[in-house]
Amino acid sequence: MDTRYLFKRHNTWWVKVAVPRTLRNQLGYDLRQSLKTHNLEEAQDLRWSVIDSLKEKIELTNQAPLEDHKIEETSTAVETFMPITDANNPQYYHKIVDCQYACPSHTPVPEYIRQISQGNYTEAYMINWESNVFPGILGRTCDRPCEPACRRTRSHEKPVAICRLKRVTYDYKEDITHLLPEVPEEKTGKKLALIGAGPASLTVARDLLVRGHECVILEKDHKAGGLMRTNIPAFRLPVEVLDDEVDQIINMGIEMKFNSEIASMKSLLEEDFDAIFVGTGAPRGKDLNVEGRQDAAKNIHIGIDWLTSIAFEHTDSVGKKVIVLGGGNTAMDCCRSSLRLGAEDVKVVVRSPFDQMKASEWEIEEAMEENIPIFENHVPKKFLLNEGKLVGMEFEKVDAVFDDNGKRSLVPTGEDPVIFECDDVLVAIGQDNAFDWIERDIGIEFGEWDMPVIDKVTFQSTHPKIFFGGDAAWGPENIIWAAAHGHQAAISIDKFFNDLDLYERPEPTANLVTQKMGVHEWSYDNDISQAKRFPVPHADQSISLKNLKVEVELGFDEKMAFEEAQRCLNCDVQTVFTEDLCIECDACEDICPVDCINFIDNSNEEDLRNNLRVPALNLDQDLLVSDKLIQTQRVMVKDEDICLHCGLCAERCPTGAWDMQTYLYEEAKIY
Amino acid sequence: MTYIVKPKNHHPDLERNELGLTRRDYEGSISSLCAGCGHDSISAAILEACFQLNISAHRVAKLSGIGCSSKAPAYFLNQAHGFNSVHGRMPSIATGANLANHELMYLGISGDGDTASIGIGQFVHAARRQLNVVYIVENNGTYGLTKGQFSATNDLESKSKYGEDNLFPPIDLAAMAIQLGASFVARSFSGDKNQLIPLLKASMKHKGFSFLDVISPCVAFNNHSTSTKSYDYIREHNESVSETDFVPLGKEITASYDEGESVQVPLHDGSLISLEKLSKDFDPSNKSSSLAKINKAEEEGKVLTGLLYINTEAKDLKEILNVVDKPLNQLNEKDLCPGTKKLKEINKDLS
Ligand SMILES: Cc1cc2nc3c(=O)[nH]c(=O)nc-3n(C[C@H](O)[C@H](O)[C@H](O)COP(=O)(O)OP(=O)(O)OC[C@H]3O[C@@H](n4cnc5c(N)ncnc54)[C@H](O)[C@@H]3O)c2cc1C
Ligand SMILES: Cc1ncc(C[n+]2csc(CCOP(=O)(O)OP(=O)(O)O)c2C)c(N)n1
Ligand code: SF4
Ligand code: SF4
Ligand code: SF4
Ligand SMILES: [Mg+2]
Repeated sequence: MDTRYLFKRHNTWWVKVAVPRTLRNQLGYDLRQSLKTHNLEEAQDLRWSVIDSLKEKIELTNQAPLEDHKIEETSTAVETFMPITDANNPQYYHKIVDCQYACPSHTPVPEYIRQISQGNYTEAYMINWESNVFPGILGRTCDRPCEPACRRTRSHEKPVAICRLKRVTYDYKEDITHLLPEVPEEKTGKKLALIGAGPASLTVARDLLVRGHECVILEKDHKAGGLMRTNIPAFRLPVEVLDDEVDQIINMGIEMKFNSEIASMKSLLEEDFDAIFVGTGAPRGKDLNVEGRQDAAKNIHIGIDWLTSIAFEHTDSVGKKVIVLGGGNTAMDCCRSSLRLGAEDVKVVVRSPFDQMKASEWEIEEAMEENIPIFENHVPKKFLLNEGKLVGMEFEKVDAVFDDNGKRSLVPTGEDPVIFECDDVLVAIGQDNAFDWIERDIGIEFGEWDMPVIDKVTFQSTHPKIFFGGDAAWGPENIIWAAAHGHQAAISIDKFFNDLDLYERPEPTANLVTQKMGVHEWSYDNDISQAKRFPVPHADQSISLKNLKVEVELGFDEKMAFEEAQRCLNCDVQTVFTEDLCIECDACEDICPVDCINFIDNSNEEDLRNNLRVPALNLDQDLLVSDKLIQTQRVMVKDEDICLHCGLCAERCPTGAWDMQTYLYEEAKIY
Repeated sequence: MTYIVKPKNHHPDLERNELGLTRRDYEGSISSLCAGCGHDSISAAILEACFQLNISAHRVAKLSGIGCSSKAPAYFLNQAHGFNSVHGRMPSIATGANLANHELMYLGISGDGDTASIGIGQFVHAARRQLNVVYIVENNGTYGLTKGQFSATNDLESKSKYGEDNLFPPIDLAAMAIQLGASFVARSFSGDKNQLIPLLKASMKHKGFSFLDVISPCVAFNNHSTSTKSYDYIREHNESVSETDFVPLGKEITASYDEGESVQVPLHDGSLISLEKLSKDFDPSNKSSSLAKINKAEEEGKVLTGLLYINTEAKDLKEILNVVDKPLNQLNEKDLCPGTKKLKEINKDLS
């Protein structure tokens, strides 16, 4: 199929139709006539239908009497203009720092990457620590929503290895104890109970300790860390790293009460706590109730419980043949752990098609690198037993079919059932919350799916003293979301302790600092690296597959870290435009390597996006629109989408109308 | 001067022409001219025109003299041939190259100093002989490279950056080119690519001497408030004779205008230059009409831009000299030496 006029962004096919620029205005050519689709063939058809409709329009305009047409054109033309961009809104430039914007706790990514380039690992670590609390842990395990957002991906390259650079800051930092914030000796007299010692509670406690509040964590297990300890296998996250970062926070002065499962919220409320934070996660693994489940119970394990028992060294072996059910990250951890416990034949079996598996791309890749086969479109039907012992499983083959609303159903193909032999089955098909210990008559309202009703802004439940965060708030997420929730909940609890309005959220801090040091000198490195993403070296499989505790990824060495850091485009170094200084020499428009600067007549957003040197089709990215320029009444329009932040525009500007300014955006935290 | 390396990265959706190239494939080295120099905009317009016309850069020769403007060929069409001659001698080099191989497209890039002072004798004869070249004067009214002396195109009333008076009246190179017999004469402004690019495209398709006087502000020495070649002065005084559009071969004209308001002139290869919103008193195919229009604009203190004169019937140098079709540099001994038999015949005729 000819895909020349189609292109793909974020799994969406866009259709390109070449319309002469001079005709676009006249034809009212609308790019957004739903030119997006997920389906390639559909995209091809769409393109033809757009072309046909344009042809028709051209014919019509040719027939239309000239006078009428002109009047129509001018009357619509004067009506709408794109307003001047309000670059003073802190969110404008924030959005341009794609990775930071995508990070739930808005870590200033390019800032720490620059510190890495300069070898300042400790500074880089602290920038992370302040935002995301667990840089060493996250640098190994983060779900990294920043990477798919990375600007590099929009020029069809791989993203900067943001996450693995975070690990570098941990691996090469020096002692940081003297850099940690001081916890006041004198206490406020307010006392918070936190249930669960997962990342959400630890974040809340860290922030509130610094404000002088007392924090008591009540944890059912005998160690802190939550799922980070019990479920993330040691070959992905070494226990030393976990202990180090978790203890660092505990040592700031949290009172830890281990082996303290909370069985009644009502009785906890009766104790002398001024507020309660619920960070209990989503601790219940989903089960699969099909034929044979009860009889084969001995060899069927719930994934997350099984991983926990490995972490606490209650389990150290598994059968030779293992089936892992499920396509999420838990399934990936289960299959890889099985291999290390001595299984010889491990299969992952998924109901959905391969490309709809929930697990992160890289987790799937790692499992496949360990030669674990993944069977798609197989729905589990029964557990097969022989003489009371599990011997296999039966599956039905299906096809995924989508209806007009995009809703998926799995339709049996009618083929013979598939049977896989096995000694053990690990069920990793999802997690649920478990709030049976919260009485329903104490003022916490429960809503849909029997989940507590939590305010999206304040993290407060309908009981004013009780706050939720992490997986306990709205179901399973990940560590970085737990940290982000933690910061917000801490802000609320601090306000609650001080009788302040919880809805008055503190503003983020943001400031712009020029990078110009001389006529042609900039204080940031704007040479655009052409290097490809550096893969992280792995431990030899002959060692790592035999030992559950050998970390698979070895991390970047300093040289690789430097080279990878150089791939960052410094998206926080903003192009700031001052129209009063512009003499409209067009030098910036001519020099920009990616054609994002335009001097053009203003019009409505659609037309404007259309009329740019390269039409701005990525509607997620803003246009920077200037005020009218004095000499020609045109406006400067910059499409922020592909800008490389190379600074050539500022370099070629004779009057300094363009300047490169570092934008440091810091999300509000109470610490 | 720019010290940053221009990244190779281009916009992923950048348009490609019929050769499969993007406009970035037509670039040259990064410019060493002052930031904001009009000459860089002209380079950008030239490469855009070549991109749009699907020209293969290796079929182009860029020739120039001395000056900031004459340095400009280094900053576009990296893959083209080039010769940077001595001051004012671009036309000689162009003549020689053109006669040796008429199959290339010749872009002569010059400055107002290079053409209107030291090279004026060369310019005059290239025009008069209908040399098939696109001759571009990047006109900033000053000797930019030697730091801002008045050039022969600087207006009488236009003072220097430091306040000195200009003592001599200017040469209007466009008017001069018309008088000398140039068959395509236009004036434009580096800051108006909507006009400049179609004019460049048409000039590249025109056979014969195509002359473009492109006003190109020198930000370093001639962009002050008392200059008449500054960005704001030109924008304020620019009077365009028509809206110019270049219509490639095989494409339809879609805009329609009242008769007398619009003229389409077919070019050598069948493409058209379409002149819209022409005023009734102006006929670009008539020398006297053109010269009158230029004089009138000058009296009114306006800078007349657009296609000022065009004659598509004129013969070019090759036709005038009746040169063989095969480029001279490709003629071999067999072509050049008719042999003994032929010699005998000739001798016989002579006896
Ligand atoms: C197998 C697996 C792998 C994962 N891998 C990753 C990964 O690579 N990267 C990533 O970002 N995320 C990963 N996650 C998700 C991540 O671990 C969780 O989203 C995160 O830990 C949630 O943090 P939390 O603080 O909300 O709760 P949790 O980490 O679940 O902590 C809750 C704590 O509360 C305790 N608790 C529960 N109920 C009570 C009670 N009634 N009384 C006292 N204590 C109680 C629990 O013992 C636990 O310690 C993974 C999850 C699983 C299951
Ligand atoms: C034979 C000779 N005479 C004088 C010079 C000095 N010179 C160098 S450039 C220049 C003037 C260039 O002016 P112009 O052609 O307008 O170019 P600009 O720099 O303004 O673009 C002069 C006089 C020279 N290089 N060679
Ligand atoms: S290039 Fe750097 S700053 Fe830009 S999104 Fe990627 S990691 Fe972030
Ligand atoms: S920094 Fe300026 S020149 Fe560089 S890509 Fe962005 S807009 Fe273009
Ligand atoms: S001196 Fe003038 S002509 Fe020369 S590069 Fe600078 S601005 Fe351009
Ligand atoms: Mg000059």
